[in-house]
Amino acid sequence: MSALASFTKELLSGKIRVIDLTQTLSPEFPHISLPPEMGQAWPFRIEEVSRYDERGPAWYWNNFSCGEHTGTHFDAPVHWISGKDLPQNATDSIPPERFVGPASVLNCSDEAKKDADFLLTVDWIKSWERKHGRIPPKAWVLMRTDWSKRSDPAAYQNYDETGQHTPGPDADAVKFLVEERDLLGFGTESIGTDAGQAQHLRPPYPCHYFMHGAGRYGLQCLANLDQLPPTGAVVIAAPLKIRNGSGSPLRAIALVET
Amino acid sequence: MKKKNPILRTRLPTLPPAARSRVALGLTAAAALGRFELQQCGDCGTVQYPPREACQNCLSTKIFWKPQPGEAELLASTVLHHSNDLFFRERLPWRLGLARLACGPTVVAHLHAGVQNAPARIRVTARLDRAGQAVLVGLPDKENVNMAEDRQLREFSCDPKHRKVLVTDGKSSLGQALVKALAAAGADLIWVGHAEPWKRFPGFDELQKLPQVTLVPLDVTDSRNVRELAAEVGAKVDILVSNAEIHRTHGIASRQGVETARAEMDVNYFGLLRLAQEFGPAMRARGADGLASAVAWVNLLSIYALANFPPHGTFSASKAAAQSLAQCLRAEMRPAGVRVVNVFPGPIDDEWNQLLAPPKLAPAALASAIVSALREGVEDLYPGDVAQEWLERWRDNPKALERELSS
Repeated sequence: MSALASFTKELLSGKIRVIDLTQTLSPEFPHISLPPEMGQAWPFRIEEVSRYDERGPAWYWNNFSCGEHTGTHFDAPVHWISGKDLPQNATDSIPPERFVGPASVLNCSDEAKKDADFLLTVDWIKSWERKHGRIPPKAWVLMRTDWSKRSDPAAYQNYDETGQHTPGPDADAVKFLVEERDLLGFGTESIGTDAGQAQHLRPPYPCHYFMHGAGRYGLQCLANLDQLPPTGAVVIAAPLKIRNGSGSPLRAIALVET
Repeated sequence: MKKKNPILRTRLPTLPPAARSRVALGLTAAAALGRFELQQCGDCGTVQYPPREACQNCLSTKIFWKPQPGEAELLASTVLHHSNDLFFRERLPWRLGLARLACGPTVVAHLHAGVQNAPARIRVTARLDRAGQAVLVGLPDKENVNMAEDRQLREFSCDPKHRKVLVTDGKSSLGQALVKALAAAGADLIWVGHAEPWKRFPGFDELQKLPQVTLVPLDVTDSRNVRELAAEVGAKVDILVSNAEIHRTHGIASRQGVETARAEMDVNYFGLLRLAQEFGPAMRARGADGLASAVAWVNLLSIYALANFPPHGTFSASKAAAQSLAQCLRAEMRPAGVRVVNVFPGPIDDEWNQLLAPPKLAPAALASAIVSALREGVEDLYPGDVAQEWLERWRDNPKALERELSS
């Protein structure tokens, strides 16, 4: 039996399950907020075109609008200045095989519960590897924090007068994952791949800076990472094919064996 | 105030007689600004009433609308116990009087309950009635006349006392001042919208402590949010204050692209459209719902709606669009007797006007001007010196103002 034939057989039999890693796109879901004088990404908005009424008698449909970085979304290397001149750096030019990869799920949920500003370090990753094995090349490295379970937008954004407090990787951890582990991309449950206070790290926003500078990808606002095993899942994360797009909302899914 | 009996049918709105000649609309134009003007002859100086095309004394056609003092002597008063007019029929008994103005004419006026029987010194002024047309009212000759509790005068005002109010944005400094001013004016209940609930704003705790206040998530760029809030509280809102705005300080050349201008338009223009579509129908249905009926819709516009202020050019354009839509809203709300009050402030003393030199309007002063406009039945409010000066310059010569603002 071919690999794909056995794959579809196991999918039908239920041995392979599909996990949805996506938050629902809705106007209430928090969006990235920049200082008010800067340009702003559109939040998700939806307007009814018709609903079996005089505007369209037999059909229901909507127009929606949002920025490229809305809801559960993909960051392409061209998003950041460090990745602006790389080849194949945008949503339309990234080779499609890059959207699929094995997942290493780093469970930092206890740490994030204790400290909203938790930073993932190289030591933390090495200690994870001692338990679960070395992160394979071209893997999606997903930082599980259970942040997606914060259904209250205020708790999810977690702002105070010094800005946002959400977990993320430190600069050395990002460099380590790129240079020593050759990852495909980095994913988080919070609103950015970088920590909420990452503008104060060196360099500012290290995950964006190093990850995209090395042609790697970002996933954020992921959900259901608690349903993934530490290793063994396959993540499919394909953005919309926007010409020279810097990112895109997407339906991220994972395949797991039961 | 006594609560409404929910088993009785809510009365449909009716309007007092609304027909006016074009010349008579001069009285309305002045009353909309809170002014009492009558025509005065440019040749012989005779003050005219009712409005006319030629002087009643010398037949000169050079007659002009001029502010007039309201001092008057009440000659006679009467109480109407019968009327075939639907509006007055439902409001009987109704007290009227004949008053001789110190400036000349003798007029018929609706009387405040505090006016003594004739002969008495009274103050006559013009007020907009529920049909949006000017009528004359006679007030007691003293300061601080209580309009809120007067049964007849309440028909001409939109007093927040005993009423339920929605303020669409409680996050801005003006929004917070408005909520406090409305609470102090005796509003029963104030819903206060706040967008992006994860951004705690200064003054949040203070607002929450006011017993009248209920904070509600409201983002006027989100149609569903507006629709759902209207479904929850729309049938209770007596006064809606549309004060959510985005104000950025760019012309055309100082900001690349359309995103900032679009954000201004989405809140300042489309936000008003969304609110009007969702809250308008329920308010129209409650135009005659007892003493606490739906009465007013307040729009925070800008003096820049009259003429573009190029340093804040895209903001000006969004406010001009909102003003045009507000005129449409006014036409649609008028059959229900719900007054649309447009507010045209000059620069407010807030973060977005940081670089403008004073005079700037303090948020608390603007809030109190809005409450006064509601009480006094003003329809177009130009609060503060800057707005008043711009208004006069614009009325005098719009082209000159355009040139002055662009230099």
